[in-house]
Amino acid sequence: MSDMNQQMAAKYRNNFLKEIEEQAEMGEWVKMCMQCGVCSGSCPTNFHPGWDHPPQEIFMMIRAGKRDEVLNSNSMWNCVSCYNCYVRCPRKVPITHIMHGIAEYAYRIGRAPKNQPTLHLSQTFWNNATKTGRVNEVQLTQSLYFKNGIGDGIKQALAMQDVALGLVKAGRLNPLEALGMGHKCKDIKGIHAMLAKARELEAKRKGRAA
Amino acid sequence: MAKKEYAFYPGCSSQKGASASNYLTSVESMCKTLDIKITEIPDWNCCGASISYAEAGELPRHVMNARNFALAEQNLPGQDIVATCAACWLGARESKERLEHNSVLMADTQEALKEAGLNIKVIPEVRHMVEVLIEDLGYGELASHVKKPLEGMKFAGYVGCQTNRPFGISGESFENPMYLDKLIETVGGEAVKYDQKVTCCGGALAFSEPDKAQAQIKDIIEAAYDSGAEMLVTPCPLCQANTEVYQGQINKKYGTKFNLPVLYYSQLMVLAYGGSAKDAGLNGQVIKARKLEEFASK
Repeated sequence: MSDMNQQMAAKYRNNFLKEIEEQAEMGEWVKMCMQCGVCSGSCPTNFHPGWDHPPQEIFMMIRAGKRDEVLNSNSMWNCVSCYNCYVRCPRKVPITHIMHGIAEYAYRIGRAPKNQPTLHLSQTFWNNATKTGRVNEVQLTQSLYFKNGIGDGIKQALAMQDVALGLVKAGRLNPLEALGMGHKCKDIKGIHAMLAKARELEAKRKGRAA
Repeated sequence: MAKKEYAFYPGCSSQKGASASNYLTSVESMCKTLDIKITEIPDWNCCGASISYAEAGELPRHVMNARNFALAEQNLPGQDIVATCAACWLGARESKERLEHNSVLMADTQEALKEAGLNIKVIPEVRHMVEVLIEDLGYGELASHVKKPLEGMKFAGYVGCQTNRPFGISGESFENPMYLDKLIETVGGEAVKYDQKVTCCGGALAFSEPDKAQAQIKDIIEAAYDSGAEMLVTPCPLCQANTEVYQGQINKKYGTKFNLPVLYYSQLMVLAYGGSAKDAGLNGQVIKARKLEEFASK
């Protein structure tokens, strides 16, 4: 167990609901779920394999104190942010945000599943976007393909060759961005200082070490 | 002086040479015809999109949007922010709502903004371009500029998720929003009825879970074909890219023969307003919209 995980498990003892309420974004809404299952039936990825537990189940598992099963689950990472569950929930539970919130918390304390592809995407996207203030689409795609090493990256890049060529031909993919050219903000320094402060304040507010 | 003025937030994908640059081309041309003045927010930054949730956390994401609010307020006072991208609009609007309803989050945001020499007084309204068209101008005004109606062409209006949920366009339902169909009809086209209008394209998971996302995209394209549509039309850059660029891969995987052009509403409007293929950004289609190219050259 990571230090942070141990620290949090000790802090909340057996009260996993309280832990989620205080630590996960919008977690205070979990207790509002009345187990109707509309969210589960509305989720587009619930119809594909790989979904261990739809949101309704996750909410009941939180209340039942199933800490390991929830934090280790792949379920939250399958959220496509379509907000279908969110708008249909009869109790107005902001399910999309809670799914993101639980996933983020699991990651923060070192409990997210290993090699989770959507976690990797989230990391890559945010680091790419905040490096210069704007997304560099070419470098983003490259880092995504090459996450499993050079060989696999080349294979993936070849498989996607037609897609990339189509975009280049249509003027919608600028190969120069690979060299770090292209769009960026002027005040990159200010953005980095602002984000460092934001991370510090968030860690402080949630009682986590920055 | 222009009829309407807005602080424009194009977003990362709509910049020149980026994946939705044809959206930007057509929006600029459309705004010119409609006498809408859009001024880019100076030095705007990425909204973080939905997918950054795990790495970004809560406050850093809101702070990124807050920086844009502060820059808009400072440089373009009194103007609403207008985004063309669904994710930019959603991300910014979500941050606005959270900050306005949570004084702790707002205080932390101000403290972080100070590091970049900025602060917020009043957060401007955050609108989608479609809201500007419908609410500030109205269908009547939009129709009055039509010179060449897109008669006899069938389009499937693909609204998708983030221009529809959770905020959506005022007065529309989440399950069957009609505004895109109405926009298609306003420019003289036929909006077909099909059952995948608000199905998710997979969003960012097209990268991380391609099989799942492509299964969803396949359903959308298939339904559009079944309804007799000749093209798909969308208000969202990610919907556009996902439903267009993966058709080849889906064909390989499922043995389908998809080749359905995917357009932005703004491209149809530019063509109906008498604009050229170039004004409409038709050269930016990966799947060429031959019928519209012919239409534009007539």
